[in-house]
Amino acid sequence: MRLLLRYLRLAAKGQLRYRSTFYLTAFAQIAMPLSLLAGISLLFARFGTLGGWSMGEALLCYGVTQVAFALAELSSRGFDNFPSILANGEFDRILVRPRGLMLQVLGSRLDLSRFGRLIVGGIVLAWAAKGSGVEWTPLKAATIALMTLCGAVVFSSLFVLGAAFAFLTTDGLELVNIFTDGGREMAQYPMSIYERWLRLFFTFVIPFACVNYLPLLFVLGRPGTGPAYALLPLAGLAFALPCLLAWRAGTRRYVSTGS
Amino acid sequence: MIQVESLRKTYLSRRRASGVGQALLSLVKPSRERIEALKDVSFSIERGEIVGYIGPNGAGKSTTIKVMCGILVPDSGVCLIKGRVPWKERAAHVAGIGVVFGQRSQLWWDVPVIDSFELLRDVYRVPGREYSASLEELVSALDLSPLLGQPARSLSLGQRMRCEMAASLLHSPDILFLDEPTIGLDAVSKLAVRAFIERANRERGVTVILTTHDMHDIEALVSRVILIGKGEILYDGGFEALVAGGRATGAGIEAVMAALYGEMGIA
Repeated sequence: MRLLLRYLRLAAKGQLRYRSTFYLTAFAQIAMPLSLLAGISLLFARFGTLGGWSMGEALLCYGVTQVAFALAELSSRGFDNFPSILANGEFDRILVRPRGLMLQVLGSRLDLSRFGRLIVGGIVLAWAAKGSGVEWTPLKAATIALMTLCGAVVFSSLFVLGAAFAFLTTDGLELVNIFTDGGREMAQYPMSIYERWLRLFFTFVIPFACVNYLPLLFVLGRPGTGPAYALLPLAGLAFALPCLLAWRAGTRRYVSTGS
Repeated sequence: MIQVESLRKTYLSRRRASGVGQALLSLVKPSRERIEALKDVSFSIERGEIVGYIGPNGAGKSTTIKVMCGILVPDSGVCLIKGRVPWKERAAHVAGIGVVFGQRSQLWWDVPVIDSFELLRDVYRVPGREYSASLEELVSALDLSPLLGQPARSLSLGQRMRCEMAASLLHSPDILFLDEPTIGLDAVSKLAVRAFIERANRERGVTVILTTHDMHDIEALVSRVILIGKGEILYDGGFEALVAGGRATGAGIEAVMAALYGEMGIA
């Protein structure tokens, strides 16, 4: 914990040193989700509802996804950038330090400019909490919190999975970005607008629906849902397991081949 | 302290294709080449020694160092360091060693050097009082006080290397691996780094394993060298005895080593 705080301080110091870069990146991080937001509101201005969802409801979906993704990027950027850590020999350095490998990878690339996205996501979420017309109960609020955290875990797990592939290819695979960036773009809309096969994939393979769409149905009080839906985000944790195993297999391979 | 016996390590390396056709073919059927980085490497090193580990490029020096640091698992053979197998008890092993890779920095690029040191204190969980004592000693020995407030990226190579040496000793390891610590340094910095290695060995009793291509490092610091070529240990003993024959011809030390590598067929 103390080490994590130290990493955080170092990241803050280092990144604030290049002030203009930091502001520009943070600005981009704010502008990007805002432009998406504009797109969404245009859509609703034209069609009124989307797959049976009102704009306030859909924005809950959007806000949860943005906050989850921002949390994942803030913390797990090291795994996203892992090919560079491998290429410049930093991973050898990590191996000669007496701490967990994942903690060190994480700590080496904390990215504070991602607060921009986090703030936008948070504001949207707060606004949608009112605009969706949900009657909030402690359970529903807790469900949203759980969705956000488990959503961050799913995104982070994808980063870790990508890093595990980097052990094989050194350059890393753009393939994983399809699921991180693509998954983010997709999960910010209600899942009901998608084809069945896509829904199934994002429920049972990469469980975005479990940390977002499905529990939201319960929060919105859709018929046929119950409090049990509040526990669905935990499926996101189950997704972390195979990703962690892949990472372990990757590190094992690395120390036996050295490349 | 360090015991290495019959280490073997073979890499499979992808052969680089020469033409476009070959490159396309290698996508389907990669041609791989076995490279025997270590064939049969054995030696042992006692507490408090300074040992020079020398040999031409590609001889297997870095591979051996990586095995001893726990970064690489050999195919077979024994490596025991303070009774531990490095790659089996990685965390416990690396807590007691210091590593300097001359070509790569371990300092955080954009923050003052002192912040990197404080990070290392937390990484190695060095108790507060021990850290202050260690830091004070290293700062005075390496004359670091004007450098501590500067970010690593603004340091000259020589200044940075002095900070690297300090960074690798903050947690008071009893073994220090130095992989080409003087590479690219000017004469003044080289002398400072050498003097410091000698002093750390004498005062802290640190066992030092040093790889270098600069034979002046070896002359200045080392009484014993281990010479590796093509994955095999070819010589283990006093440095003067190794080069005495060549020196008699009046050639400079670089020429003597080049001739020696040539004679051994490892140049």
